[in-house]
Amino acid sequence: MPINITMPALSPTMEEGTLAKWHVKEGDTVSSGDVIAEIETDKATMEVEAVDEGKIGKIVVAEGTENVKVNAVIAVLLQDGESADAAPAPTPAPKAAAPEPAPKAEAAATAEAGGLMRENSATQAGAASSSASSSASSSASAKAEAPSNGSDRTFASPLARRLAKDANIEISTIPGSGPHGRVVKADVEAAKSGKGATKAAQAPTPASPGGATLAAGMTKAQVLGLYPEDSYALIPNDGMRKTVAARLTEAKQTVPHFYLTLDCRIDALMEAREQLNAAAAVKDGKPAYKLSVNDFVMKAWAHALIKVPAANATWAGDAILLHKHADVAVAVAVPGGLFTPVVRSCETKSLRQISEEVKDLAGRARNKKLAPHEYQGGSTAVSNLGMFGIKHFAAVINPPHGTILAVGAGEERVYADKGQVKIGQFMTVTLSCDHRSVDGALGAELLAAFKAIVETPIMMLA
Amino acid sequence: MANSYDLIVIGAGPGGYIAAIRGAQLGMKVAIVEREHMAGICSNWGCIPTKALLRSAEVYSHMEHAASYGLNAGNYSADITAVVQRSRGIAGQMNNGVQFLMKKNKVDIIWGEAKLTKPGEIVVGKITKKPVEPQHPPPKNTLGEGTYTAKNIIVATGARPRVLPGIEPDSDRIWTYFEAMIPRTMPKSLAIMGSGAIGIEFASFYRTFGVEVTVIELLPQILPVEDAEIAEHVRKRLEKRGIKFLTDAKVTRVDKTATSVTAHIELKGGGTQQITANHLISAVGVQCNTENLGLEGLGVKLERGAIVTDGFGRTNVAGVWAIGDVAGPPMLAHKAEHEAVVTVETIAGLHVHALDKSKVPGCTYCDPQVASVGMTEAKARETGREIKVGKFPFIGNGKAIALGEPEGLVKTIFDAKTGELIGAHLVGAEVTELIQGFVVAMNLETTEEDLIHTIFPHPTLSETMKESVLAAYGRALNV
Ligand SMILES: Cc1cc2nc3c(=O)[nH]c(=O)nc-3n(C[C@H](O)[C@H](O)[C@H](O)COP(=O)(O)OP(=O)(O)OC[C@H]3O[C@@H](n4cnc5c(N)ncnc54)[C@H](O)[C@@H]3O)c2cc1C
Repeated sequence: MPINITMPALSPTMEEGTLAKWHVKEGDTVSSGDVIAEIETDKATMEVEAVDEGKIGKIVVAEGTENVKVNAVIAVLLQDGESADAAPAPTPAPKAAAPEPAPKAEAAATAEAGGLMRENSATQAGAASSSASSSASSSASAKAEAPSNGSDRTFASPLARRLAKDANIEISTIPGSGPHGRVVKADVEAAKSGKGATKAAQAPTPASPGGATLAAGMTKAQVLGLYPEDSYALIPNDGMRKTVAARLTEAKQTVPHFYLTLDCRIDALMEAREQLNAAAAVKDGKPAYKLSVNDFVMKAWAHALIKVPAANATWAGDAILLHKHADVAVAVAVPGGLFTPVVRSCETKSLRQISEEVKDLAGRARNKKLAPHEYQGGSTAVSNLGMFGIKHFAAVINPPHGTILAVGAGEERVYADKGQVKIGQFMTVTLSCDHRSVDGALGAELLAAFKAIVETPIMMLA
Repeated sequence: MANSYDLIVIGAGPGGYIAAIRGAQLGMKVAIVEREHMAGICSNWGCIPTKALLRSAEVYSHMEHAASYGLNAGNYSADITAVVQRSRGIAGQMNNGVQFLMKKNKVDIIWGEAKLTKPGEIVVGKITKKPVEPQHPPPKNTLGEGTYTAKNIIVATGARPRVLPGIEPDSDRIWTYFEAMIPRTMPKSLAIMGSGAIGIEFASFYRTFGVEVTVIELLPQILPVEDAEIAEHVRKRLEKRGIKFLTDAKVTRVDKTATSVTAHIELKGGGTQQITANHLISAVGVQCNTENLGLEGLGVKLERGAIVTDGFGRTNVAGVWAIGDVAGPPMLAHKAEHEAVVTVETIAGLHVHALDKSKVPGCTYCDPQVASVGMTEAKARETGREIKVGKFPFIGNGKAIALGEPEGLVKTIFDAKTGELIGAHLVGAEVTELIQGFVVAMNLETTEEDLIHTIFPHPTLSETMKESVLAAYGRALNV
């Protein structure tokens, strides 16, 4: 019998995704394990492997189709001797996508257990979709789906409602772990004890915990109405674009930012860099490493965070997490968006290790080959636009981070020293802080610690 | 590889076969190993055949009381052979049904005795256990002895009658539930050791047909896991039907003759007693089938004879899972089935909540029926919380009176502070069919308010449920 190849779920909460690419065409022979297609969600691109062998009889969902429902038939595989006519003719996608309103989780599992996915990718992607929808837990992301049908009703059991009311907790702020994200007793109890994540406001629909309604922005129709039809190219937003938009809107609307700017003199740093790079062993005509200014910034930033531990903080509802390590994310621009992979325990790593790790992460980020655990978490980030000659900018915090350091270009500047005009190399940095966890003076202390290290890089050895 | 699966289930009882089906639904390649009977104890020697017997008893009892309904049943009598035959036929039908379900779900059946050799591998060998007679024919087209591998293995080997030393069942004078289910003739008298669900169901069944029944219970209360007030209600009604009870009583020794057995009993308050009957049914609980499975070799942890699991079916050894009776109490078929689903979904990586043992209902199908879920009143008080208890008698219910079943009681227990329903205990006609309303309510975490605002159809016995809730809040209407 012809075998239906269905849209896999990259996570238990995934409902639909984009069929990014076909690696096979009708008539191709595949054997189990061959990569046949790529599926894209918010952040992850995952390869779909064939489980059975056979001939691709029909490609049902065309490359580039968005919103393909999980479990929808995307292609039909023929066994020996079968013809394409024998293949069942599924109705066209993406409508055919939901052959039956199977419970989400079940649909996800069918595809998953069907073995279409690489074994670990399903779980990785599970994490991906949760990170994508908000900083809250994965169950919160399931929860976030409820309001999308146009109502902002929170589904909660009667007991959960009463318990939340007694405890004075707004039920809509509690992530639900029950069926379809329903809030149940256990969730309220977790929220009461502070163990459960409170749900970050999911821009733009739900009310924020404070009660203020978040602005939704203009609708697509409103925007289109302002421009003559042939005056622009319309680029549909892919999963990553949507995630970037949602996360940063959330950040700007729910995280009270403030900004601190400092100039750092980097002559000593440039000198150290030159010496270190000159000392690199040469193999096959290539130096073993080449440290960038950013590698120094990463390391100095990690050391500063360890020095001022109170500022290595993450806001978590009714608590603040003070991190024991400096897990520093680094913003990597990729076509159509950005990633922020994390260099863990950055303070423990040598410049060379940091350099190699950032290179590897950035490379894989550009190919969308990062695993979710590589870009989740972290307590802070570094964003460097120096290579574009940018002198100064203020970055948006990437929740749940407490801070982000925006780094400008290193350049020669004229400066005054004891009444004399001199020339030196400078770099301007701006720290964005989440005021809920890092207050002004604390942020200033952190930035001053960073400056001290950058200006006297030998301190990194201490 | 032909002998390699995503999931292998050992034991085809309600735990095992449901696990196999759920696995197949989730796209896994599944095999199930069984050595004796498809559908396990439940369908072959447990839940179903006993319910078939009790149905015969119920119909007989209706005929007995026909006159009070204005009917003349004429000459009626019981043919025990036909009653047993009906029960066996139904058991066989269930067994076939599960064979069909395995085929439908493309689950391979491996016929033989399974043993875990190392994580991810079992060896199926010759069957060493003597089958219980009469045995239903094994399924056709099964796989046989050999080595089979699977990433995940679920142990669902069930349980067997517990045996007390010195009172070993002999298939003749001393019976277990196996013999008690297939009597060749109707005995004159029976002694039953143990007043749990199994003991009480047999007491009720045999008494209906006029057998002199004495139930001996070690604890002060019959149906020891039930709410004390409900158990007392049952005891009174069964005593009215002529069943004798000895509680706080321990069988210390038995003497047998060719036609009788005498139980020597020590009473807790002092003194001894002897009960002589044609047979003694040993119904002192069940013991998990954990032997010769290779569990020790893999280091699978047991506690009180049962495999220790974490609420998701996980044992302490990765890749080895356990469900159903072998994973400990409550030893009920529906607990086994739900555990099966939770476990397989956990294996598949789906987000599920652990099995909540406080929401597993329990039913006893004696006359009068007993059903309960959640905490007993005593347990609820023990927790120290403030509770509200509501009770409603069947006599206040029109349908109960119309049915000629005016005796019964519905008791509900709420947490006074939150309105959470924490226990429901019912005795009376059809309560085993009613309890599910409370189970759904509990599972959806309703409070008293939602139950009070729910409309129950009139006239039904279910109205007693709502009245009981109202009673807990001082608002019962029909008393
Ligand atoms: C008389 C009686 C009445 C009952 N009434 C009820 C009731 O009304 N309601 C209720 O909920 N419960 C009732 N029960 C309990 C119910 O039968 C059990 O809880 C249920 O059968 C447990 O299911 P299981 O899948 O765990 O095990 P089982 O049903 O015991 O199945 C286990 C299976 O594993 C097989 N097996 C064991 N070892 C191996 C091996 N090494 N290799 C291969 N196969 C193996 C066995 O042959 C068996 O078929 C009753 C039990 C009895 C005895």
